[in-house]
Amino acid sequence: MKFKVKIKRYNPETEQKPHFETYEVEADPGDRVLDVLHYVKWQQDGTLTLRRSCAHGICGSDAMRINGQNALACKVLVKDVVKEGGLLTVEPLLGLPLVKDLIVDMEPFFEHYRSVMPFLVNNDALPADGRERLQSPEARDRFDKGTWCILCAACTTSCPSFWGNDQYIGPAAIVQAHRFVFDDRDQGAADRLEVLGQQFGVWRCRTAFNCTNACPREIPVTQLIGEVKQALATGKLE
Amino acid sequence: MTQQHQFDALIVGAGGAGLMAALHASKAANVAVISKLYPTRSHTGTAQGGIAAALANMEEDHWEWHMFDTIKGGDYLVDQDAAEILARDAIDAVIELEHMGLPFDRTPDGRIEQRRFGGHTAEYGKRPVMRACKSADRTGHMILQTLYQNCIKQKVKFFDEFFVVDLIVTDGACQGVVAVEINTGEVHLFHAKATLLASGGFGRMFKVTSNAHSLTGDPVAAVWRRGLPLEDMEFFQFHPTGMYKLGILLSEAARGEGGVFINDKGERFMERYAPTMKDLASRDVCSRCIYLEVKEGRGIGGKDYVYIDIRPETINRYQSGPGGKTVTAEELEKKLPDIIEMMRVYQGVDPITAPVPIQPTAHYAMGGVPTDADGRALADERGTLVPGLFAAGECACVSVHGANRLGTNSLVDLVVFGRRGGRAMAEYVQTAELKPLPADPAGAVVQELERIRRQTGTEKAAKIRAELQEVMMDNVGVFRTGPMIATALAKVRELKERFGRVQIDDKGQRFNTDLLETFELGCLLDLAEATALSALNRTESRGAHSRDDFPKRDDVDWLKHTFVRYTGPASAAPTNGQTAITYKPVTITKFQPQERKY
Repeated sequence: MKFKVKIKRYNPETEQKPHFETYEVEADPGDRVLDVLHYVKWQQDGTLTLRRSCAHGICGSDAMRINGQNALACKVLVKDVVKEGGLLTVEPLLGLPLVKDLIVDMEPFFEHYRSVMPFLVNNDALPADGRERLQSPEARDRFDKGTWCILCAACTTSCPSFWGNDQYIGPAAIVQAHRFVFDDRDQGAADRLEVLGQQFGVWRCRTAFNCTNACPREIPVTQLIGEVKQALATGKLE
Repeated sequence: MTQQHQFDALIVGAGGAGLMAALHASKAANVAVISKLYPTRSHTGTAQGGIAAALANMEEDHWEWHMFDTIKGGDYLVDQDAAEILARDAIDAVIELEHMGLPFDRTPDGRIEQRRFGGHTAEYGKRPVMRACKSADRTGHMILQTLYQNCIKQKVKFFDEFFVVDLIVTDGACQGVVAVEINTGEVHLFHAKATLLASGGFGRMFKVTSNAHSLTGDPVAAVWRRGLPLEDMEFFQFHPTGMYKLGILLSEAARGEGGVFINDKGERFMERYAPTMKDLASRDVCSRCIYLEVKEGRGIGGKDYVYIDIRPETINRYQSGPGGKTVTAEELEKKLPDIIEMMRVYQGVDPITAPVPIQPTAHYAMGGVPTDADGRALADERGTLVPGLFAAGECACVSVHGANRLGTNSLVDLVVFGRRGGRAMAEYVQTAELKPLPADPAGAVVQELERIRRQTGTEKAAKIRAELQEVMMDNVGVFRTGPMIATALAKVRELKERFGRVQIDDKGQRFNTDLLETFELGCLLDLAEATALSALNRTESRGAHSRDDFPKRDDVDWLKHTFVRYTGPASAAPTNGQTAITYKPVTITKFQPQERKY
C-alpha cells in the first residue's frame, strides 16, 4: 500500500529548531513502522536518524511518538496506524532533550532509574549449601509484572507530570522500584521508599493512565504505582 | 579532537558476556565497558527459553550428561576440556545469577524451575531431561537486566553509545581500542593493558535472521583486519523456528513445552527423522529436516515453510508435553507469554488456536575469535596467546559449541566464560605493563571513516547489504555445495570492490548512523568472506555445515578446527588480499566421536 509519512526532523549541526518532512512510501499492511522508517532511510534519505536494534519489541531502542501515541516502532504495524493514501506521523519522545531527528537524550531517564537503587539488596549470608535462595512461586509472582520492563521510556515520556517537571522520577523508575520492593528476597525497601516518598517521587503521579496505555510490554504501570503509594501510606508491603 | 582514556582493562560490548566480565574484572581492576548500544539494548535480552545447568531440581541430572549433550550437539567438533568447564561451571554460574537477584521461575518447593530443551538428554541420549533454568520465555531479558542492575550496584564505568572501530595492536599485542562517540562523532582512544571483546554475533550477513540490526561483528572484523585468525567460521546455526519471512525467533521452549512441527500433510514429520528426541532433536538436525520436507513438496501449500503447532489439543494428542502430561491454554500462556504475543502481533496468528508458519532463521555464530578456556585470544593454531586480547560470548570460539550449539548453551557460555574471561583479565593486568601507544593509533581508521564520509559514487550501502544478505542466505545457508559457496565468495568480493564507491547522504558529525551503518557493512563483508572461505574449504558435512556434495561427516580428515586469516598488511577497511587456512586439532577427553542420532 502507498501512503505518506510525516517525520519530525532536526539536525543539531545546521538547524535552530525541528521541522517536519513528508515522504511518499510503499509498504505491506503487515510491515512494522520501523520498516517504513528504514524504507525512508535506505531508499530516500540516509540522513534520517533513529535508534533501533532487535526490531521485535524486546530491546527497547525505538520508542517514539507514532500518530501522537508513544510506542515501539518495531511493534506497531502499518495497517493499525495508516490507511491507503493516508498520512502517518512520527515524532521523537517528548520530555527528554532532543538530540537529532527521532533521537532524544536518554541520560536523564537512566538517572531517575538509577536513583531508586534498581538492584537486589540482601545482606544475609548466602545459603550454606551453595545453592539458590528459596522463593515460593507465589512470592515470585508478586513482583513479576515489574520484571517485564525493557526501559524503553515510553511510559515516562507519556506522563503529563513528567512533561511538567522532569525532576519527577517517572513511571519507569517506580516500576523498577516496585520490582525490588515486592521481592521477598530484597531488604532495600526502606531506602527505596524514602526516595519514592520525596517531593519528586511517587506522589507526583496524578493517575493519568498514559503510562499504562503507552507500555509496549503491557505492564499495568498505574496499578504498580498505586501499590507503591499504598506501601508508603500504610508502611506495609503486601 | 581525539580524546584519550586510560584503564587497566576494557570490555567491548555490554551483553551477558561483557557485563559478567565487567562484574568480575572490576572487583580487582580499573575497568571500562564500551558499548555501541545502551547496555539494556544488547541482544542477550532477546534470548528466550532458558539457561542449562544440571541442577537436578526436577529430576535426576548430572553435569557429565550436559557435557556429553554439548559435545554430541556440536557433532564432536567441541573441545571436550572446554565443554567440561561449561557443564561444571554452569551450575555455579546459575546459582550466582540467582544470588544477584535474577527472578527465576520456581518449583513448588522454592527451587529454580527447569524445562526440557532440544538436545538435552538424560543418560547420554536416552530421553529428554528438564535442565533449562528459565524465567518464562524471557530468560535472556532477566539475565541482561540482572547483570546491568549489579553493574549499577557495583558502580561499573560505562561508555554507552561508543562505537569501537579498531583495535590498537602493536608488535602483536593489544593496547586498547579506537572508538567513535556516536552522539558527537568524536574519536576516542582507549589505552589499556587488556581488552576483552564481547560484541556478540554477526548474523546480519544473512537475509532471514533472528539477529538484531546492530549485530555486525565490528570488533571481530577488526581482529580479522589485523591478520589475527578466526576459528570455525563455516559453522553458523540456523534456528528451525524463525517466524516466516521475518526471521524473528520463536524459542525452542515452544517445543520444550510440547510443540511439534507439522508439514503440509498434517504429519508430525520429526518422528521419521529423530525417533527418540523427535521435535527436540538438535537445531541443525531440525532445520535440515524442515528444508528436506520443503524440498520434497511437503511445505505448507507447497511453499518454503512448515508449521510449529503448540495448540493444546495437538500437544495432548501427541502426548508431547513435558513428561507426557496434558497441557492447557492457560499453562502455555504463562510459560510462553512473549512468543505467543509475538506470533499474535507479527503474524496475526493466535498459536493457541492455529499453527504458525516458520522457517529456519540465521541465528548463531559458533565460530569467532579463538580463545582458551580463560578467554585469552589465540594468535595461531598452536595456542600462542595475543598479549592483552581476550574474547567471550558469541564473538569468541572456545570451542564449546563445535559445529552446532545446543539450545540454552549460549547463555551458559556468556556467564561461564564471561566470568572466567573477566577474572583472567583482572589477574593479567596485575602484572602486565602499560606500554606507550604508537604514534597516531587512530590514523588509519579515521582515514577510512573520512573516506566513507566524503566518498562520491553511485553505490548505496543499503543495496550492497541487501545483495550480501541474499547471496549468503541462498548459498551459505542450511545446505551448501562447493559451487554455491564459490558463487557467494565471488559475489562478496565483488561487493567489497563496490563498497569503495558507496556514497552516503549524511556528512555530519553528530549521530551519523548513515556513516556507521556503512562502516558496519564493511565489517559484515569481511566476516562473510571469512565464513564463505571456511565453508568452501571444509569438504564434509558436520553440524550446521551441511554440504550436499559431501554429505557425510569425515572424522579422518576433518576432525579439526578451521583457522582462517587475512595475510595482507594490517587494515582499517575491508580487506583485499591473500588469506590462509590452517587447522587446530580437536581436544577429545571423555567421549570418542560416534554417529549422531537423535
